[in-house]
Amino acid sequence: MTIQTKRTFVTFAFVGLLVGPAIYMRMTSHGHSHSQAAVSQDREGLLKRYGFVLQESSGEAGIDFVHHPPRIDTRLDHIAPQVAAMGASVAVVDFDRDGWQDFYVTDSAPNSLNRLYRNEHDGTFVDVARRVGLADLNGPGTGACMGSVWADIDNDGYEDVLVYKWGTVELFRNQLGESFERVTESAGMPAWDNVGCATWLDYDCDGWIDLFLAGYWPDDVRLEQLEHTRIMPESFEYANNGGRKWLLRNTGNGKFEDVTHAVGIDSTRWTLAVVAADFNDDTYPDLFLANDYGVSELYVNDAGKRFREQGKESGVGYAPKSGMNAAVGDVLNQGRLAIYESNISEEGVLIQGNNLWFPASDGSLQFDNLASVMGVELGGWSFGAQFGDLNNDGFVDLYLTNGYVSGDQGTSYWYDFSQITGGHSKIISEAKNWPDMKGRSLAGYQSKRVWLNDGAGQFQEVSQLVGATDQYDGRAVALADLNNQGALDVLVANQRGPLLLYRNRVAVDRHWIGFELTGTKSNRSAIGARVRVHWNGQQQLQELVAASGYAAQNQRRLHFGLGEHAEVDRVEIRWPSGERQVIERPAADQIHQVEEPR
Amino acid sequence: MSETHESNPYASPTDVKGVSAPRDTARDDEHMPYELRRWFSFDNRFLAPALITCILLGGQLTFGILESWTRTLLAIGTAMLIEMVLGKVMVGKFPHLASAYISGISVGILIRSPHFWPYALCAALSITSKYVLRWNNRHLWNPSNFGVSAMLFLYPAAVASLSIQWGNFLWPMIVVWGLGSIIIGRLKRFHICLTYIVSFIVLSGVRTLITGVPFASNVAPLTGPMYQLFVFFMITDPRTTVSGKRGQCLVALLVAVAEMLLRLAQVIHAPYYALFLVGPTAMAAELAWKKREKAADCQIADSPLPESNAS
Repeated sequence: MTIQTKRTFVTFAFVGLLVGPAIYMRMTSHGHSHSQAAVSQDREGLLKRYGFVLQESSGEAGIDFVHHPPRIDTRLDHIAPQVAAMGASVAVVDFDRDGWQDFYVTDSAPNSLNRLYRNEHDGTFVDVARRVGLADLNGPGTGACMGSVWADIDNDGYEDVLVYKWGTVELFRNQLGESFERVTESAGMPAWDNVGCATWLDYDCDGWIDLFLAGYWPDDVRLEQLEHTRIMPESFEYANNGGRKWLLRNTGNGKFEDVTHAVGIDSTRWTLAVVAADFNDDTYPDLFLANDYGVSELYVNDAGKRFREQGKESGVGYAPKSGMNAAVGDVLNQGRLAIYESNISEEGVLIQGNNLWFPASDGSLQFDNLASVMGVELGGWSFGAQFGDLNNDGFVDLYLTNGYVSGDQGTSYWYDFSQITGGHSKIISEAKNWPDMKGRSLAGYQSKRVWLNDGAGQFQEVSQLVGATDQYDGRAVALADLNNQGALDVLVANQRGPLLLYRNRVAVDRHWIGFELTGTKSNRSAIGARVRVHWNGQQQLQELVAASGYAAQNQRRLHFGLGEHAEVDRVEIRWPSGERQVIERPAADQIHQVEEPR
Repeated sequence: MSETHESNPYASPTDVKGVSAPRDTARDDEHMPYELRRWFSFDNRFLAPALITCILLGGQLTFGILESWTRTLLAIGTAMLIEMVLGKVMVGKFPHLASAYISGISVGILIRSPHFWPYALCAALSITSKYVLRWNNRHLWNPSNFGVSAMLFLYPAAVASLSIQWGNFLWPMIVVWGLGSIIIGRLKRFHICLTYIVSFIVLSGVRTLITGVPFASNVAPLTGPMYQLFVFFMITDPRTTVSGKRGQCLVALLVAVAEMLLRLAQVIHAPYYALFLVGPTAMAAELAWKKREKAADCQIADSPLPESNAS
């Protein structure tokens, strides 16, 4: 072979390498979108194919809530849309114990009103927040509401609520589902704390639910009236100058004591989401923190005495990204909980990829990121996400909302954003150095993701097909069976946008089972209980958690899809107290009320 | 990134004058067998690979800069494998692998993707470009600059560039500045870096005047360790920069100017694309100029002497 022939051969190979894969990817991508468009017309066909369809129904349900962003210092006006970019939240709760799921949403502008939508049992909802005393929580000088999290703090059977704020948190005691009593000071809540997320957990398993608060901004920052403008994170991926954390132990007499330092929690990262779940199967709940501008943290609970940060050791705390979500689910029905953490992916700019932290099979506290392998990695500027069996096929699916700032159409702030975030801490941390957004979008108008789990390790994205077609700047997602018909509906809270209710219609041949747990020796909300359903030769594990996703809380009722099998072999419950209970052959297609054996 | 010297004409040598291994230091080793002496003498070919390896290890062990070890190793392995295959096919012998190692490690650091394939593809494109995109028996593009630019342009959905994962603190800057200065000082190319840095800062001011964006924001990329890698290791590649100090400074200035124009158009990967455009153009111009000069010299040599001189 002559050198010329060799050169020709190598040249062809080079050109093939250069453009071949690109052409292939463009062609397959176009083919996919054409096929979506082709089948998107036939909803009955889609119901048959995917087992469910969604219909946005907030208007019919009487929901007209629109979120308004927090007000911030005028010196931040040039970057206001990205600083005041949070506050839309949704938490599902049956606050009046009528057996129907209600929900609470937060607004964030000064004097704007939060809403508590009571379920009217006929598909509609009525706002009762003002009547029960939970509406007016954005008063001047008190900060802006960021979310809420519900649990029974006094074990009286009614769910109480903590409303957390970039400002001062507020704690309310539920009085028989009729009104709420403000107990913030008497319970010993911290003063100004700029909390970005919070959850309830019984960390010491004493039967009283405790509280974890995660500051986002440092607690000396008052965004409405800044002392100085050096308030931004010191790094885009290594920032450690965020808010402090609090672990408040419920003493059982209406008071909470600060045990944060005593138990070894010392994070000052920019935490945006937290989930408390028992990752090492020792009964005591651990804490997973999804941190913006840095690595995730995993605080492992040492028998309710200490927490040890084991992010790096477990694999979740190594690669710094922009953690914004923390939800758990038994993805492959193996009886082990994976963690879904959302991050940022923007074509051509920043491909962090979301994380699906999949637990090791040997029982060790090790996680591998299988998001790419399973097809749930790229979701735009991802925010809230929840696991839930949307089509009742027996495998948990994943609903993800996204989008950061939808400004003027056709504009982009990405260039300026990428330029400043690559700079030294002295530059990035000074707000004045950030370029003016001038109404431009930053990862705006994004399509949502609904990933269907095939149970064999792959998720299929079907959002546009099944009806999740909005493009608002999504923040919180919560799942709940709002009609008590065995289908998980989807509530989505959007920043500067309307609250959406996606009604879920599931194929009639799919079965399900639900459990509402009441603790007796354990905390009455049964937060921390584990339920393992065995059916058709397989099992699925769910753990009852308070906060899940981003600024969200799902219904407390645990919902399991069963596919076409209407028989359950047995259900194993491990209560937070450690008590184990087995229920043999419970009936399918029903909600079961289960009380912890006394 | 800077490549190292090879006898292989397809490779990228550090051909700079005065940087060959100091032979006289081996005087006491005259009786040492050649092979042994070779192992103990520090060849400049290993200087850049050794130091960039130190940066990689330091960054990864302290900050976790890489997407993953396996992806970076895939890039390095692919680059070295392609180099061996193409070297054997095109030249007839296995080439020295220092150059391919640097290209692979550069790819492993500079691109970021959740997938594995971009690392292999980028490394393969980088090395293959040296053997294909040639003129006058010289390759024109810095291999890793070509590979990274091609990937960023053709696969934006799968690939981004390293921009932020080094952290923004002081000590990584000091490390890169220190190591970079050692390498660049030894290769006598610090004037290129200096010209580029000064140009970038001045042109950042120009951009501020034009766009109103704060100067600190415009100059911010330069303070990130990623940019220092670009400045020290990529624009100074001996094989793909023109000869002569003035010419090199001019090219560095032109890269900064092209980058400014791209930045004014809000092109996020401006530095890579600027070097992609300016570097080969400058090389081609120089080669054309030299060819013309050589032809003119030959013409003069071949032409009959004037009668007065002949006499």
